[in-house]
Amino acid sequence: MEGNQLPCQASYMRNALFNQGYLDDQFLQLEDLQDEANPHFVEEVVKLFYSDSARLIRNIELTLENTPSDFEKLDNIMHQYKGSSSSIGAKKVKKECTQFQEYCEVENIDGCLRTFQEVKQEHASLKRKLENYFQLVREAR
Amino acid sequence: MKKGGRKISALVVDDDRVIRVVEEKLLVRFGLETKVAKNGKEALDLFVAGNTFDFVVMDMEMPVMDGPEATRALRARGVDCMIVGVTSRGDGPEKAEFEAAGLNCCWEKPLNAQIVGTILDKLAKKLS
Repeated sequence: MEGNQLPCQASYMRNALFNQGYLDDQFLQLEDLQDEANPHFVEEVVKLFYSDSARLIRNIELTLENTPSDFEKLDNIMHQYKGSSSSIGAKKVKKECTQFQEYCEVENIDGCLRTFQEVKQEHASLKRKLENYFQLVREAR
Repeated sequence: MKKGGRKISALVVDDDRVIRVVEEKLLVRFGLETKVAKNGKEALDLFVAGNTFDFVVMDMEMPVMDGPEATRALRARGVDCMIVGVTSRGDGPEKAEFEAAGLNCCWEKPLNAQIVGTILDKLAKKLS
């Protein structure tokens, strides 16, 4: 279902997600790939992301508990998570990931810990918003 | 897009499942026949088993065998199809090493329709 064919509420929410910086152009790419053969492609990809990324988030959490801090490992896992999140257009999430990696580079564990809270927050926030959005789209069908 | 009657074939190599799904769908949308591999070793095994592809989309960082290593191995085997590197690391020594391994070009993730169009243009020139 193209963005401009959505009923009012879903359309409004979709526009808000873009305007408020939660999503970037990559989400448009996903929408373009949705067609009759794959009518729920965007939702499926987002679900896949949240399913797979839970493991990465958990790995970062566990690695942050290690002493001494393994910044290379932290950077590698975050790099993976960032790549995955950018493939669904998760703009705010991606920004926090970049910040985290910058702290890894200068080996600032406090910065990493603080930023990781932001990553988790944005991760959860986008999940909620997209779940609401897909619910609206489904109700309108 | 067809080449002499058959579809253009592509191999997507990435350890991230979400990226594999998105990239594969993108290439299928362009009319390509695609296969996927989870890492460089799986990609290499496909070639060893006799598969051929018109181009490979190769992620840089993967477990087991990464992009640069897989690219070097493929080139050493005489594989001369287009190998397109993708990375979110940006410009730097890692990207330079990846390109030196034998890539035809390297793009920043995530892959999108515009980049695929450019790759297919390059491929058309290469094949003509």
